[in-house]
Amino acid sequence: MERTTIDLWVGIFVAMGFAALLSLAMKVGNLTTSDVGDTYMVTANFENIGGLKPRAPVKSAGVVVGRVGDIRFDAKTYEAVVSLNIDKRYNFPKDTFANIYTAGLLGEQYVGLEAGGDESNLQNGDKITQTQDAVVLEKLIGQFLYNKATEGDDKTVKAAASTESGAHALDASPLDNIGK
Amino acid sequence: MRKVQRMFSKLGAGCINKLWRLGAGARLFWLTLISSGESFRRFRLTVREVYFTGVLSLIIILVSAFFVGMVLALQGYHTLQKYGSSEAIGVLVALALVRELGPVVTALLFAGRAGTAITAEIGLMKATEQLSAMEMMAVSPIARVVAPRFWAGVIAMPILATLFTMVGILGGYLVAVPLIGVDAGAFWSQMQANVDWQYDILNGVLKSIVFGVACTMIALFEGYDAPPTAEGVSRATTRTVVTSSLAVLGLDFVLTSFMIAV
Repeated sequence: MERTTIDLWVGIFVAMGFAALLSLAMKVGNLTTSDVGDTYMVTANFENIGGLKPRAPVKSAGVVVGRVGDIRFDAKTYEAVVSLNIDKRYNFPKDTFANIYTAGLLGEQYVGLEAGGDESNLQNGDKITQTQDAVVLEKLIGQFLYNKATEGDDKTVKAAASTESGAHALDASPLDNIGK
Repeated sequence: MRKVQRMFSKLGAGCINKLWRLGAGARLFWLTLISSGESFRRFRLTVREVYFTGVLSLIIILVSAFFVGMVLALQGYHTLQKYGSSEAIGVLVALALVRELGPVVTALLFAGRAGTAITAEIGLMKATEQLSAMEMMAVSPIARVVAPRFWAGVIAMPILATLFTMVGILGGYLVAVPLIGVDAGAFWSQMQANVDWQYDILNGVLKSIVFGVACTMIALFEGYDAPPTAEGVSRATTRTVVTSSLAVLGLDFVLTSFMIAV
């Protein structure tokens, strides 16, 4: 085969490879949306992070503003220390509230930020003090069952009381009627 | 008693033979690496081999990628719609192709399409004493014949795998969106939200580079080591496909377990 033809085809081949890689990056991957550049880091302590994973999204008002960095365990306070890498473009007040939410019923967990009203903003290395833990399904069900059970007890007591009085009434009325 | 003795000596001979071949393969790999200067100085040698191993494999790679993507979308949709999450079909197709099927199926097809050609060519060169003739002329056959083919395989494999992944995703898109009627926006946005550039795509490319090294090296070694007869070359070609496929699948497990763990 002609030399130049081979060169041409190999050139087309390599160019196609790069084009495919580029389109994978842009169209399939999240290179365009991921925060490759400037972020600042804040930490937040949670008593329970549930199933939160590193690289989970950090959202505010539903918009991704950053990613979870690493998650450590503080052996002194017995809390989880979660570091959040937030995009430099977004500033949050010092009294921002950090919650752990679940996307959908069984979806992945993410950190939701709710901005407070403080004048000064969070800086690199700051700590978010107001946090709310992840909802653990077992705990929730346990609480629900407990409430239901106590509610049930109240009801049975009341029901017993009412039937008792009802029985008295029943006892009383036929006799009365007969008497009359 | 003699039977037992013969059995053990057969086992020993088999082990020694396998070990010898492993050592010879590693030695050839090392020799290829240290004498690969010429394949970059005279880059045209490598380009020629990229044409034969890469460009000529394009048709089979792209057509099978298209069908693999389409089947993935069909099968995935069938299961996902039972759980009411059929818009996750884009993620399923993309992750399956980017992480696993792209590199692995490309490597298997590459072993069948290009690896066998390399083995047969080098085996026949050896059988017709072309390699010995080169040595007589003080031309190193490893630098002149083996190394350009090795680098061509290493260059071609990631490109082929990337193309496979892209065309597979297009095939999946064609089935999921126009044929089944999944929402196009959900298809792409779910995909983009869940496929990571470094964690998924670059790891897939890394896998395909490793497979490129393994497949090409196995094909080269089998050809270089083939008995210089018609039968020897044919056996070596068969062994290339079998060994490459097993090596790719085994390496895939090892690489995946490292990549997932990190």
